[in-house]
Amino acid sequence: MKTDDLIGLLAQDAEPVASHAIEQRFAVAALAGLGGGLVLMLVLFGVRPGVVQDMALPMFWGKLVFAGLLAAGGLAVLRRLARPGMGLGHSLALLALPPLVLWGLAAVALGQAGAGERLPLVLGSTWRSCAFNIAALSLPALVASLWALRGAAPTRLAWAGAGAGLLAGALGTLAYALHCPEMAAPFLAVWYLAGMALPTLAGAWLGPRVLRW
Amino acid sequence: MEIEQRLRPLLLQGLEGDSNAYQRFLKELSAHLRAFLRRRLAQRPDEVEDLVQETLLAVHNQRHTYRHDMPVTAWAHAIARYKLIDWLRSHAVKGALDVPLDDAQELFSSSDSDAAQARRDLGLLLQTLPERQRLPIVHMKLEGLSVVETARLTGLSESAVKVGVHRGLKALAARIRGTA
Repeated sequence: MKTDDLIGLLAQDAEPVASHAIEQRFAVAALAGLGGGLVLMLVLFGVRPGVVQDMALPMFWGKLVFAGLLAAGGLAVLRRLARPGMGLGHSLALLALPPLVLWGLAAVALGQAGAGERLPLVLGSTWRSCAFNIAALSLPALVASLWALRGAAPTRLAWAGAGAGLLAGALGTLAYALHCPEMAAPFLAVWYLAGMALPTLAGAWLGPRVLRW
Repeated sequence: MEIEQRLRPLLLQGLEGDSNAYQRFLKELSAHLRAFLRRRLAQRPDEVEDLVQETLLAVHNQRHTYRHDMPVTAWAHAIARYKLIDWLRSHAVKGALDVPLDDAQELFSSSDSDAAQARRDLGLLLQTLPERQRLPIVHMKLEGLSVVETARLTGLSESAVKVGVHRGLKALAARIRGTA
């Protein structure tokens, strides 16, 4: 087939295109991923019995805001990575802010604690399982956001995969926060971030393998 | 930039369904792609037209990723660069990672409307598509029939004809990746 024939063929298929098709796809993926994570949380772990009392604690909401902001930041980065020729702009700053604030809170809490209380603040009672649980709950969102990216044209595949993994980690964390009993900033600053790092790394590895177009 | 001002309205009209404007956009883009790829693939002149076609198909299949507030030149250049690097990698060409970090101007600095014969025949690849995708493409493009005529001839509904062309072009891009 000659190139001019191909061009004619492509022009035949000039159906109108919605300009926000990508955003819609990511919104669907994020909602489906969050829903999947919540279902998985109910099946695997269950909502924490004391969750209603927890709602009186600022840190309960702090965890949700933290994960929610990271999910929003992940979406902002992804919608840029999904389009060829689009720089990251300030979207990375949006991502860096929540962890920096959390680390700041953790440093203050550790500074105020006595020498013998510091390690318990970091380890809590669930440090062995927390990161892996978050990673498990992020799996539906990882699949969904990679699916959304496959409908787009990322040119930096490992970065795009990492972005999808980070979004998935944040959504998995949102779901896990309803089960998790930990409320100390030093714990969250280590183990929640470790839990999000796992799907982020998995996404970076998967990106070049599943996102080619 | 002059090219930006010329290409942008054509693409925007194309995205709204204007087939003529879109065809002119693709035509001009193909000339720039050809000159760009010919420079980058100086050692493999036979492959240039294949990659021009593959990139055009990618531009078409990914046209929903164009955001109206970004330069068309930057968008098209990023696609061309991605396709070039992908091609170099899958052909295990040494130095695939050394493709210079040129900017969008590089793609549009020259143009070459002299299409050579493609080595890989998209027509043959077309034969491997399922009938409901292949027939609409063959009738509409290669025989110049309209959607209505193609629908009557194939017994498909009009929307099935459009969907067939659309999916067929995606499948074609996937076949190219498979044979790369």
